[in-house]
Amino acid sequence: MDKQEFNITVYTENQIGLLNRIAIIFTRRKINIDSLNTSPSEIKGIHRFNIVIDETEDVVRKLCRQIEKQVEVLKAYYHTNADVIWQEMALYKVPADVIAEKASVERLLRENGARAVVIRKDYIVFETTGHREETDNLIKVLEPFGLIEFVRSARVAIIKDSDGFNSKIREFERLDPSEEVIENEYLNKGQKVFTM
Amino acid sequence: MNETAIAQQELVTAPQNEVAVELTGSAALLEALLVEGVDTIFGYPGGAIMPVYDALYDYKEKLNHILVRHEQGGIHAGQGYARTSGKVGVVFATSGPGATNLITGLADAQIDSTPLVCITGQVFAHLLGTDAFQETDIINISSPVTKWNYQVTDATEIPEVLAKAFYIARSGRPGPVLIDITKNAQIQKFQYKGYSPCNHIRSYRPKPIVRHEYIEQAAALINQAKKPFILFGQGVILGEAEKEFKAFVEKSGIPAAWTILGAGAIPTDHPQNVGMLGMHGNYGPNVLTNECDVLIAIGMRFDDRVTGRLDKYAKQAQVIHLDIDPAEIDKNVKTTVPVWGDCKETLPLLTALVDQKQHTEWLAKFNEYTAKEVEAVIDAELHPTSGEITMGEVIDQLNKLTKGEAVIVSDVGQHQMVACRYADFKQTRSNVTSGGLGTMGFALPAAIGAKYGAQDRTVVAIIGDGGMQMTIQELGTIMQSGVDVKIIILNNRFLGMVRQWQELFNERRYSFVDIQSPDFVQVAAGYRIPGKCISEREELQPALEQMLNNKGSFLLEVMVTKENNVFPMVPQGCSVSEIRLK
Repeated sequence: MDKQEFNITVYTENQIGLLNRIAIIFTRRKINIDSLNTSPSEIKGIHRFNIVIDETEDVVRKLCRQIEKQVEVLKAYYHTNADVIWQEMALYKVPADVIAEKASVERLLRENGARAVVIRKDYIVFETTGHREETDNLIKVLEPFGLIEFVRSARVAIIKDSDGFNSKIREFERLDPSEEVIENEYLNKGQKVFTM
Repeated sequence: MNETAIAQQELVTAPQNEVAVELTGSAALLEALLVEGVDTIFGYPGGAIMPVYDALYDYKEKLNHILVRHEQGGIHAGQGYARTSGKVGVVFATSGPGATNLITGLADAQIDSTPLVCITGQVFAHLLGTDAFQETDIINISSPVTKWNYQVTDATEIPEVLAKAFYIARSGRPGPVLIDITKNAQIQKFQYKGYSPCNHIRSYRPKPIVRHEYIEQAAALINQAKKPFILFGQGVILGEAEKEFKAFVEKSGIPAAWTILGAGAIPTDHPQNVGMLGMHGNYGPNVLTNECDVLIAIGMRFDDRVTGRLDKYAKQAQVIHLDIDPAEIDKNVKTTVPVWGDCKETLPLLTALVDQKQHTEWLAKFNEYTAKEVEAVIDAELHPTSGEITMGEVIDQLNKLTKGEAVIVSDVGQHQMVACRYADFKQTRSNVTSGGLGTMGFALPAAIGAKYGAQDRTVVAIIGDGGMQMTIQELGTIMQSGVDVKIIILNNRFLGMVRQWQELFNERRYSFVDIQSPDFVQVAAGYRIPGKCISEREELQPALEQMLNNKGSFLLEVMVTKENNVFPMVPQGCSVSEIRLK
């Protein structure tokens, strides 16, 4: 099986120390986390981790099961890039005088889907949001003007086939019985992974 | 992330006290232990846990606290207690070094799925992160080796956190939980409204629901199988499913072999019990793993010591895997049919659907291999007529004298493999050993705990000369508590297992395996424990009798052959079918 980018989505309780417990599942196996974002989810009080790694599906499936073993984790899903809508945001700081002298700033922004967040006498901060190639591309465009600082956010991703976690959370809140173990239900649109 | 876990936890409550009483956090902790049915605590006091020990002074009549000599001894005793009693082991330690000394035991309990609740003291909350005296970040240090951990900084959290801790430790696949309580929370007084055990945590699924289609598929596979083979592990014991397992084995007529932690789930002498799996397991079960057509794994996790080389492991077989932990399915061995769930629930469902059968010819094949193993290995190990005493004959004599009714607690190394291979287990929860982590020094403290967990049973610790010296200080615990533990040291004057590997794989380059020992009998005498050292065959039976008949603990050192090897052996990197008899 080939390695590819997988987006792992983890729904969790809001708990100190859980970030570490999830991170060590990767570090213990010497797997590098390419991107990690924690944020609120569609449900109040439930957190959502977006983790990106480059691995085989077999490894990713095992990692998700280990993540789900954590007491405060409600559910972990994994998806290929094709199965999610994803975005990353980037900020670029460039010297104001150089760029004003050498470029048509307005055209540059338009062509790269960027906007100026801050315009000062000494520098300008641009922002763009998109896929990796788009944020990378603007680095190339801005480098000739003396890029002072660059930063890119972690990836956030929405699952195309998901109906959200609202119905799921009610299952979890029921005392008994446990919900069925359905492997990564959205990946195969609810098809179970194991068949004879 | 700022809210506490408690806010999200739903408790199905036993009625709480109508009237709140003012209690300290420490007293609330001890009240929680009482409601959870705790009778024994293994611990060691220190600065940051002093308020708990102060409260314990008033609970001396209700809670039996065993003062150990080292926190590692405390946690191994907690493990031994949990393994024989089936209850949650409870351990107290102070902050800093007290807490870090628990780590080996936590790792051991995590990998062997042993239910523990460890309480550690911690510096005052306002000192956290200041490198205060005896401050250590035990929550982060223990995260990889605990099922759950939590730091309490406010006494009001204590009842609910403890309820959660016990629930998590014992439910589903059991494991160790560590609760770190800052000193201010131990001292703090609050309105205590009673203790309600926990039976639900929203984000925690201890048992996956049983899926009947897989039970049916598993039964269909079993019913058409010509050479089915059962591998069972500790899951059967942890699930208290020994009866259900026996019913399944007997109705299906399938030969069954065990992992070392599964030993005793059905009696050793059961006609369908074909022996031990793995690196030093029996000949037949290893070879025939690669000949069976359907492999039924029950409550075991395909450890590398069981499977040997994975890409040559049971490739011909369809695999049915029964496990309570979904993460174990497909982790090491690809499963044809996964049977998620508690085997106490899934086994009866499966038994109902399998045909009553006798796999006479197939079972006979195991017996053929057993005969070969007896001739090549077992006879010489158990019934030597000349030369020094062997480890095997000690176990064999012990079996005869205890009639297989004793709890055998073994340490790690050659003597452990010999003890597990040859000990006779008539009942469940009889084999206490460090399986997954392989912790030398485990046996002596674990035996202390094992005895507290099974007070009416004889507990025999079998320890090598190396392992004995790792936790020898716990003889002090035996002396002071008066617990009755029989200690057999099998002394081969070597770190035997490493020496065996150096002999077989490193051209006998014996690198630092030649270990000297003190006079163990004299050391024991220093702790006022009677003892004896023997080296002659004719002394063995009388000495064992003397040990077993002694009122109270006894240390028997047996000088055994120096350079004996444990066989059969699946060398590392080899397939189970490449098992060597010599």
